[in-house]
Amino acid sequence: MASERGWNDRRMDVVISNLLRFGVLLSAFVVLFGAVLYLVGHDHSHTDYRVFRDEPLDLRSVGGILRRALALDGRGIIQLGLLLLIATPVARVAFSIFGFAEEHDRMYVVVASIVLLILAYSLIGSVWL
Amino acid sequence: MTILEFSLLVWVGAVAAGFLGALTGLGGGVVLVPMLTLLLGVDIRYAIGASLVSVIATSSGAAAAYVKEGFSNIRIGMFLEVATTLGALAGATVAARISSGTISIVFGLVLIGSAYLSRRPRPKNERDVPPDPLATRLRLNGSFPDADGIRNYNVQHVPLGWTLMFGAGTLSGLLGIGSGAMKVLAMDQAMKIPFKVSTTTSNFMIGVTAAASAGVYLARGYIDPGLAMPVMLGVLTGSLLGTRVLVKADTKWLRRVFSLVIVVLGIEMLYRGLSGRI
Repeated sequence: MASERGWNDRRMDVVISNLLRFGVLLSAFVVLFGAVLYLVGHDHSHTDYRVFRDEPLDLRSVGGILRRALALDGRGIIQLGLLLLIATPVARVAFSIFGFAEEHDRMYVVVASIVLLILAYSLIGSVWL
Repeated sequence: MTILEFSLLVWVGAVAAGFLGALTGLGGGVVLVPMLTLLLGVDIRYAIGASLVSVIATSSGAAAAYVKEGFSNIRIGMFLEVATTLGALAGATVAARISSGTISIVFGLVLIGSAYLSRRPRPKNERDVPPDPLATRLRLNGSFPDADGIRNYNVQHVPLGWTLMFGAGTLSGLLGIGSGAMKVLAMDQAMKIPFKVSTTTSNFMIGVTAAASAGVYLARGYIDPGLAMPVMLGVLTGSLLGTRVLVKADTKWLRRVFSLVIVVLGIEMLYRGLSGRI
């Protein structure tokens, strides 16, 4: 029993590891692509982060970011890459639920689900619309 | 300064922060926010937004390597993530309600505190502790590969560790940092988890913790793509370089210099917050 659980844990480790690496690489490439578009478009304009202004509303929600990214707007694509990055650990938690379920570890299916619910509350509640 | 010059400057600074953060184990986030606010005059809300994003990138990147090696304990991580994500939500909510000056003061104190924590010597011999009933029921005890095969360990003081983790999550959500130092403190000191397992599991948890407050930050407009882009790409590059060099480098003097820099930055943040110049 113990050794079987150990083996499954190891397999889960490997999948989680690949998932994290893939998510970070994917988001870095999307951000880089957006950066090129953004910098080429604005190479001589000036910027100021001294004063806090609210970001435009469509850079603060999933729908708005998708619209701007599809229009090949550099800032929209960067923001999409950052969304993918934020989604990476969330996907890791979601996958862990399946991993624990496969090991018949009910207690940890519940624990991982609670974490996923907290993340969903934070992300969907504030970002979705 | 044009956007291209500004982005390059921030990128170079972020590479340095990520590199030093990985080499010293203190993380890049703690120096990023002071660097952006004190040196480049960026509003602290944009700075913590960009820093938080970069924290997710480095934590996930590093965790990918550690998890594969079998050091991280995914049950301990998942169980404590309940505390850190709740804390992060609370911290991000509080951050929106307090002034930049107050955030700056808390940041200064945390910088000084984490420099102090990093200067304490690590325990030489890992102690063996008896199993704790609560930890056993939660299946937190585990094992990891050691020089002489597989080593088993027991976990202690679960409620205290959980509470400290809630605090670490709150600081992470409030300041846009990983608060790795406090996570390690909770696991290594309070819960008596072996140092190697504590550090790698802490790293594993940082990304999920930061994701919990990232949604709140994004919706409030703290995450600006023009600033977050060079910060995220720079810190990621720097930390990847740092982990490459880490194996060969003697980091003792570097840690000393870096913690001194952190203390100076902490005092400056504290001063700016108190004098209302932020």
